[in-house]
Amino acid sequence: MREELIVRNGFVFDPLNGIDGEKMDVFIKDGKIVDKVGSKASVVESSGMIVMPGGVDIHSHIAGSKVNSGRVLRPEDHEKDYEVKTQITRSGVGHSIPSTYTAGYRYARMGYTTVFEPAVPPLKARHTHEELDATPIVDKACFPLLGNNWLVMEYLRDGKIEECAAYVAWVMNATKGYAVKIVDPGGVEAWGWGQHLRRLDDRVPHFEITPREIVRGLCKVNRLLRMPHTIHVHTNNLGFPGNYETTIETMDCVRDLASGDRPTIHITHVQFTGFAGTSWLNLGSGAPEISNYVNKHSHVTIDLGQIAFGDTTTMTADGPFQYLLHKLSGNKWINADVEAETGAGVVPFHYKKSNYVNAVQWGIGLELALLTKNPWQVCLTTDHPNGAPFTEYPRVISWLMSSKARARVLAKINKNARRRLHLPGIDREYTFNEIAVVTRAGTAKALNLKEKGHLGVGADADIAVFNLNPKEVDPSKNYRAVRKALKKSAYTIKDGRIISRNGEIVESSMGKTYWVNAKTSEDLMESVTSQLREKFEDYYTVQMENYIIGESFLKAPSRIEVSSEV
Amino acid sequence: MKTVWEGYSMGGIKVKLLTGRSLDQGKSKERGKLSEDYVKCVAVCEFNKEDLEAFKISPGQNVRVSTDFGSVVVRAAASTQQLPKATVFMPYGPWTGIVVNPETHGTGMPSLKGLEAEVSAAPSEKILSLKELVKQFAGR
Amino acid sequence: MRCLAETFSNVVCTVCGCCCDNIEVTVEGRKVVKVKNGCAISMSKFMNYGEERIPTPLIRRKGELAEASYEEALREAASILKKAKYPLLYGWSLTSCEAIEVGVELTEAVGGVMDNTTTTCHGPTVLGEHDIGVSTCTLGEVRHRADLVVYWGCNPLHAHPNHMKRYTVLSKGRFRASRKDRKLVVVDVRRTDTAKVADFFLQVSTNEDYELLSALRVAVRGDEIEQDSVAGVPAEKIEELAEIMINCEFGILFFGLGLTMTPGKSRNIDLALSLVRDLNSKTKFLIMPMRGHFNVTGVNHVSAWETGYPYAVDLSRGYPRYNPGDTTAIDILLRGECDAALVAASDPVASFPAKACRHLAEIPLITIDPHYSATTLVSDVVFPSALTGIETCGTVYRMDGVVLESKKIVEPLGGVRSDVEILKDMLKLIRG
Repeated sequence: MREELIVRNGFVFDPLNGIDGEKMDVFIKDGKIVDKVGSKASVVESSGMIVMPGGVDIHSHIAGSKVNSGRVLRPEDHEKDYEVKTQITRSGVGHSIPSTYTAGYRYARMGYTTVFEPAVPPLKARHTHEELDATPIVDKACFPLLGNNWLVMEYLRDGKIEECAAYVAWVMNATKGYAVKIVDPGGVEAWGWGQHLRRLDDRVPHFEITPREIVRGLCKVNRLLRMPHTIHVHTNNLGFPGNYETTIETMDCVRDLASGDRPTIHITHVQFTGFAGTSWLNLGSGAPEISNYVNKHSHVTIDLGQIAFGDTTTMTADGPFQYLLHKLSGNKWINADVEAETGAGVVPFHYKKSNYVNAVQWGIGLELALLTKNPWQVCLTTDHPNGAPFTEYPRVISWLMSSKARARVLAKINKNARRRLHLPGIDREYTFNEIAVVTRAGTAKALNLKEKGHLGVGADADIAVFNLNPKEVDPSKNYRAVRKALKKSAYTIKDGRIISRNGEIVESSMGKTYWVNAKTSEDLMESVTSQLREKFEDYYTVQMENYIIGESFLKAPSRIEVSSEV
Repeated sequence: MKTVWEGYSMGGIKVKLLTGRSLDQGKSKERGKLSEDYVKCVAVCEFNKEDLEAFKISPGQNVRVSTDFGSVVVRAAASTQQLPKATVFMPYGPWTGIVVNPETHGTGMPSLKGLEAEVSAAPSEKILSLKELVKQFAGR
Repeated sequence: MRCLAETFSNVVCTVCGCCCDNIEVTVEGRKVVKVKNGCAISMSKFMNYGEERIPTPLIRRKGELAEASYEEALREAASILKKAKYPLLYGWSLTSCEAIEVGVELTEAVGGVMDNTTTTCHGPTVLGEHDIGVSTCTLGEVRHRADLVVYWGCNPLHAHPNHMKRYTVLSKGRFRASRKDRKLVVVDVRRTDTAKVADFFLQVSTNEDYELLSALRVAVRGDEIEQDSVAGVPAEKIEELAEIMINCEFGILFFGLGLTMTPGKSRNIDLALSLVRDLNSKTKFLIMPMRGHFNVTGVNHVSAWETGYPYAVDLSRGYPRYNPGDTTAIDILLRGECDAALVAASDPVASFPAKACRHLAEIPLITIDPHYSATTLVSDVVFPSALTGIETCGTVYRMDGVVLESKKIVEPLGGVRSDVEILKDMLKLIRG
């Protein structure tokens, strides 16, 4: 039996259970939220403090092949930002690509308890799991990349949706993945030849399929498999002026596949695909158009990909985009194509206030958040580390909560960018409740993680307590106090144990790795598996048996069973 | 007998020394480094045919290879990998360790290829076994 | 008693960076009797895995290595590491990632330096990558798409014998069916066996790869080479190679120690990486270092995710510091700075310059190795260990970063422990 705990008398924000700053106690027993505990329970005194579920980060590049390539690429990133070992913690380094122990501790210190790695080449999934298993404290999962997968493209080209679904289920099992990730559909396969795809209806060389067909096909597959999360999409044309149109087109291309008001598509780091204008010289914000679309369509969720000014590292599976960024910036460049599946690229980047484009980008992310009415459709991310290291979340939150904080930055950014943005005219300020939605409740809901993101009975006892009194501190005026409090939680509780206190890790632990076991009918799976066996050696340079990751490879797997429609 | 640490000019023939992997070195290291086989495959200096003739060295004969860093006796062999003129090749191993340049030039990597060396016939000199070689430079 | 033969398929070979995973090994009792799909070196490893094994732990007493119990050896090793002010923990390339992870933890616990064989192999490549980056891919991309394969300063037929058959010019790819669909270019100082099968061979003068790479970059850029010849190669031939590279659909440059070890070292790699980067503005071109040991890529990865740095990590101050030339093994040994060492899964005395070996022999030295080696000859404590990929399983990284799970196909000879076990026990004892 594990410890009983009472998080006493805090101002609780639990949007999934309709609790909006009510003063109440939260009871914990055996790592779960319960409705009462005994008299011997320990007390975490939280009077005058904000209590929220632990943060759930839906999209953060923390583990795997390209992340590690980035670490090797940039010793200069780590040099000045290091952590000395303690009795409890391992040593490590930051800044934009922290080593794995440091990443886990830094998330925990900020009150985050669940982090999802959003882009894993299936062939290299083992690498991601090794790194996730060296990332302490937080619960985690990963998304295998499927939008440029040869077998997926062939099945979809041939109209074989059910076989495609079985194959995707097979990949999810083989890689111990959580959701279907799509990056620059078709475009990364074209990049395998050094080519670029720009339109949703362009044909992928040698595969006779279009990005639109890939997105629609995988959306159907996702629905058939009853996956907990929607398809998670990094659209084509990332980084190009005018690409907000591609974003809307992509959202719209699966509108007819929606049922009820459940989302069918999640577009990630929309800031990077929210550009209006026709060139770098007249780049503008496509946020109003995108938000307008999202406001009218409940089948879409988005995450921001907000930038913060400073030095960071871009890394995505969007190989062609990363090459173009290298050409634009002149910065060093890693490219890593993966056979039959996908690609990757890493380029250091420095966002400058004085730079017209960067300043517009800064505005776009915030406009998206502020113009989209329903916070349940918005997730707060910086696409770590593409927009900024995740340690900048408190700063981003302060921008959402305080137009004064935004104004201070607006006053310093490139003048032409300021004129181009709508942001100066936007007064809206997020409430604590809305922040709780976009950082934990809404993200957990989008991922369908039933035990996360809320403090109802039965939820995992992952809790963040912030030394901030919502009755006394006006986040609009005193945004600095908000930042300070969110940077280092007063307490971070994970599975019912106090892990961090005032920004110091007091206990380390290893979290779970979620994965989805999507089951199709036996006949269908057998048929697809035997097709796969025939083709595997032709497609891959590893044996099929060695490609599959057994559950025992993961230190603490947590399997989520879903049974599909096929 | 002079120790291997004294690199000195014997009036030998000046050559460029390359070191590297060879198939035999690879196979023999898996069979065991204390074996006779390992010595046979690794305590070797390969020459191209023209150089062997010009230097009057016969394959199988012992030769002394010396650089500024050390001197070692190994067995001469004809190269199958067609070396340029006045260039010799020794497979990686403790025998090359004696003659390579430890200087890393601030990179961490010592200078293991393209060294200035001298070779001379040494028919009466013995090739040290691994144990003997290690004892000489390590003192144990 | 006749032992029944058992055949294991899809075995991952644990010799070189090719990590071929289609090996079939037939075992009778503890003996490997047949190996299918392995190259000559692979076969030698599997068939001879039982040779020159260390039967028990050893401790040096009165100048000679004598048998000792595991517990005694652990105590001795722990004592050495605890007393040391600046221990060097070196090797790591011939064991699993699981063992290397414990190695990092151990190095951190004792405040030492963790370095691996990258330091005398592709360290310069890493240094080049810090400055330029790298445009690369997995080996299957080469198999499927490459119509131009360049091997520079490496001799795969000797050091990576299955490379061409499995991954490059002799393999069957989706878009390149056979040898005639590919062009093979070799650049080397010797006319190696690999050069003999090339379609185009450039013999570069010893120690002048830097000059040749520079000239090639000039030609690729479309400028004229002013000299008649560079590095022993006529300008016309250099320009011809540039044309071949520019006009391919998908080119790949594999390079080896011919570039990392010759004068210029990391600057040679700098140029090679830059050349490939330049070529990307004209066509699709990639580059990949030919990693020698089966898990040297794995050490780099484990070291990088745990400490931020791929090799030469100094943890003596309680946090990771990295400065090749300063924190690299050879330099530390040459300056006589380390006062103890642990060598795991490597044989530095067989490959390091003698002066570095001398210091290694002078300080208290702990070695963990399946076989007797040059390093065990000068060690003070020796632990016999199980062979990864034969007697114990473990994760390994292929030269292109693809991860494979090597298998256990026999029980460890003499009941020897795995590296993971030995290191964990040592760590436990040190922590007290």
